[in-house]
Amino acid sequence: MYRTALRNVLAHKGRLLMTALAVMLGTAFVAGTLVFSDTMGQAVRNSYSKSYSDVSVLVSDKWSRSAENGPKAAGEKKREALTDATVKDFAALPGVERARGVVTGFTAVADKKGNLIGEAWSAQGSNFAPDASGQDSRYPMVQGRGPKAAGEIALNKQAADKAGYQVGDKVRVAGNGAAEDTTLTGVFTSDDPQVTSGGTLVLMDTATAQQRLLEAGHYSSIALTAKSGVAESALLDAAKAKLPADVFDLETGQQLKDEQSEMVTRSVTGMKSMLLVFAGISLFVGIFIIVNTFTMLIAQRLKELALLRAVGASRRQVTNSVLVEALMIGVIASVSGLLLGIGIGAGMQSLLAGVNEGMPTGSLVIAPATVIGTLVTGIVVTVLSALIPAIRASRIPPVAAMSSGDLPSTQRGLVVRNSIGTLLAGGGIALILLGAFSKGSGGRTYLELGAPVTLIGVFVLLPLLSRPVVALVGPLLGKVFGTPGKLARRNAVRNPRRTASTAAALTIGLTLVTAVTVIGNSVTSTVTRLVAGSMKADYTVSMANHDEVARELAPVIAKANGVTAASPVGNVMWTMAGDRKAVQGFDAAAFDQLVKVDMTSGSTGALKQGQILVNDEFAGKHQLHQGSTLKLEVDGGKTVDLTVGGVFERNDALSPVIASNTLIDQYDSDSFVTEILVKGKDGATPALKQAVKEATGSNPVIQVLTEKDKVDEFSRIITTMLNIMYGLLGMAVLVAVLGVINTLAMSVFERKREIGMLRAIGLDRRGIKRMVRIESVVISLFGALIGVGLGCFLAWAAIRVLAADLNGLTTAVPYGSVALFLLLAALVGIIAALWPARRASRMDILSSIKTD
Amino acid sequence: MSTSTAYAAHTGLAAARATGLNKVYGEGDTRVVALDNVSVSFGQGEFTAIMGPSGSGKSTLMHCMAGLDTVSSGSATIGETELVGLKDKQLTKLRRDKIGFVFQAFNLLPTLTALENITLPMDIAGRKVDKAWLDRVVETVGLSGRLSHRPAQLSGGQQQRVACARALASKPEIIFADEPTGNLDSRSGAEILSFLRNSVRELGQTVVMVTHDPVAASYADRVVFLADGRIVDELTNPTADSVLDRMRRFDAKGRTS
Repeated sequence: MYRTALRNVLAHKGRLLMTALAVMLGTAFVAGTLVFSDTMGQAVRNSYSKSYSDVSVLVSDKWSRSAENGPKAAGEKKREALTDATVKDFAALPGVERARGVVTGFTAVADKKGNLIGEAWSAQGSNFAPDASGQDSRYPMVQGRGPKAAGEIALNKQAADKAGYQVGDKVRVAGNGAAEDTTLTGVFTSDDPQVTSGGTLVLMDTATAQQRLLEAGHYSSIALTAKSGVAESALLDAAKAKLPADVFDLETGQQLKDEQSEMVTRSVTGMKSMLLVFAGISLFVGIFIIVNTFTMLIAQRLKELALLRAVGASRRQVTNSVLVEALMIGVIASVSGLLLGIGIGAGMQSLLAGVNEGMPTGSLVIAPATVIGTLVTGIVVTVLSALIPAIRASRIPPVAAMSSGDLPSTQRGLVVRNSIGTLLAGGGIALILLGAFSKGSGGRTYLELGAPVTLIGVFVLLPLLSRPVVALVGPLLGKVFGTPGKLARRNAVRNPRRTASTAAALTIGLTLVTAVTVIGNSVTSTVTRLVAGSMKADYTVSMANHDEVARELAPVIAKANGVTAASPVGNVMWTMAGDRKAVQGFDAAAFDQLVKVDMTSGSTGALKQGQILVNDEFAGKHQLHQGSTLKLEVDGGKTVDLTVGGVFERNDALSPVIASNTLIDQYDSDSFVTEILVKGKDGATPALKQAVKEATGSNPVIQVLTEKDKVDEFSRIITTMLNIMYGLLGMAVLVAVLGVINTLAMSVFERKREIGMLRAIGLDRRGIKRMVRIESVVISLFGALIGVGLGCFLAWAAIRVLAADLNGLTTAVPYGSVALFLLLAALVGIIAALWPARRASRMDILSSIKTD
Repeated sequence: MSTSTAYAAHTGLAAARATGLNKVYGEGDTRVVALDNVSVSFGQGEFTAIMGPSGSGKSTLMHCMAGLDTVSSGSATIGETELVGLKDKQLTKLRRDKIGFVFQAFNLLPTLTALENITLPMDIAGRKVDKAWLDRVVETVGLSGRLSHRPAQLSGGQQQRVACARALASKPEIIFADEPTGNLDSRSGAEILSFLRNSVRELGQTVVMVTHDPVAASYADRVVFLADGRIVDELTNPTADSVLDRMRRFDAKGRTS
């Protein structure tokens, strides 16, 4: 039997090619993901492992970390700090070779045009701490020297190269305050992860760094290097004893390395799982193709298999012979998939390194798990997919060998299948609807359960759906494309199972693509709707790194040319009955000019009298109205009584509670200014923007944006996310295309005689080509239509569920994109038909019509 | 032996003609001469049977004359049209407009109804169906009640009648039938043959049929005998016995020579 199987594989090389390709692509995706993420992980870990090589113990000041953004919690006031004295104390500890005070904080560098180099989140500044020889071993200079005084900086080589800076150039740098022109005294390289991961790093002398990034005389951390032979843990205990408890974080170098390594592993694992989900989708799509191929192959070999049974092969032997065939394809496809995947992994790495020069690179990691996992997945998927066709093959009665003439395609009743499908789809849709209309968090569970059940149900029902859906376009096909169109339509619904499983592959891809597109579009349009019209301000001034805007900038901006009003937006969290509530502050005088609110009672003028405004929702929840008193616990634990001066309609751009900045400052000196609102005389004009920019010192970190800019930035993020999704789902669609090619090629082969007859009675080659092409388009469009419909439905349900967390989120179907998807599906059909149509049109008439 | 200025039953004009037709397959050692300088004409309104043992070249002759196969040398015409040298496109058009086909295996499209199968050549050509003619054809083949059936719902004989109706419906200049009864039981076969004969007698159709069955050949007006790629004999107004008798003679000759 095995020899028979091998012969069959060899005899049907061409027809099995598409199946093997489909499996290969799926497994290549799996292998590529594994290789790429392992390689990335190792490269990143390697680059980080060097960063703590001379750190035995790191003492860090929790609250000075630049990562601490956002409104500060109450009760985080004055505290112990790391000072020169602390550094000296540590240096004096026995076992300490060296103690190094480190200052770090956000520092941006402008290029020659005044724009930020790199990304705001990866722009840092630190202190240059030279030893007796004037060198800092951490930052070896490749050009020039380290900074010695205020107004001097050194820059990492990548950043300097990117902007084209030479030693001696004027370089504009900025922290959270005003920008400053400095002189570049040196260019350095470093294995600091800040640098190796592609960020920019500005070095200043210690005193300047402290002043700019922290407070004079303070350090953000102290790195201790142990004398040789001294254990890190011993040093840790010694250092701990020196410090007041719980104020500082102390970690050994090993702990830091472990932490970092764990962090890398976590982020790589996250990426890996996401990619594997998409690889899984591609493989799932492949299953339909494998099932289809083997079903068709068995139908074509009906007589042959019946003959085997007639001459004494057992059912099991017939099943096994099919499975062995699948195994051979699985092995060949998986091995080539693995090789291709390794190539993809390597390619991805160099691609990323090319795009992002800071990307750490390393040698390719091909873990044994990758090899085994990929091969096992590919082989198991192939063999399992062939199982049902194989069992069907064993049911072929031996007598079938004797029957003559055309084999009627066995149209077994679809009744059972349709009943199951209706049950599944109906149940799934019911669950989804339950989720969409239920209140609270339960909806999500229903949706997560309902979505896959519905999908499977619809797939089971696809054969049933094929006839009515194709019938919709049927009359049109006949009219526009004549006889080939009519024949194509009939061919498309001729074997509903085959059409269905071919289309299903496309349906999966289109369902997912449509769903993410609709959700993305809905989020974007909702955000646009919310942002648009909530503010009267023409520009908002904010920091590119989302840090606090220096409030001193507000009066400066207000004086700029063309500015009629400016107000900082201060944010604090005050406590009400144990719950922290966000309170937003504006300058009362400028409020009306900058913010648009619809008052249901009272007026915005109340802000000037030291009263607060609350939104209607908040008011309703806490039984507040104009004139009532709100008790709030402010910074420092004191409770104050605030008078409600008015109630406004909920506006998602504003906090439920609004106060004047004067009122807030009275109780809280630490309000966090997220942005400054600016209104101009003539609206948002380039001149106003320029004036505001100049007033803020042409700081590369400060953004002056209109509402539209903000929406655009947001939609750019969504678009990027969507594009990544499209890219990843593209593989599944590619596999689906292979499926369409496969089905068409096999159908053409099976209908050889019909095609020969059509040619004989006068259908020309073009007509034959057209017939195959239209059939392909019909099948593709059928799959796409169902997918688009299903995708829209799922997105609608998901948006209803998400709306519970994201107020105001409503479904907005991007009709243009949906139409484009259908158009692309039609194009996919045409492309998939290229080869089969050509083959069909080139068939020799005589050999086609010859009976065997 | 009657002369080969074959009798053109009604008008004396030839519907199809082959002159010095040669068909050679392969080269060198594997060279096979399928047709060896064959000249024959099929008269209009005549029912001709081409007979011969397997490998005699009878099917090849039909394929060459019907524009399904290319010839090595010589000439083949349908009506006034010379087939040799025509491009695929022109040949396709010629087959569509001037030739009807009936094959051994029923060669109907399973997705179309009987009626749709019958009108298929006209549909392909985008020609209007002559309703009165169609009704007459359908009535003649006795399919009136079954026009909306799919081929799978029809018996073998009925399917072949559909195929005949398809060949007739477009009023071709000539119908080529390749072993039309090969897959049928004798009763269905007899029906088809009577039908083909009636289409010649009553509808004035020209039919050329390839067969190896003397009984089938006896329905024809004239039988052309082929052996080893050559026309060896012909017979007019044949009966099954006279055909069989001729066949035996070739056999005997074959053995003695």
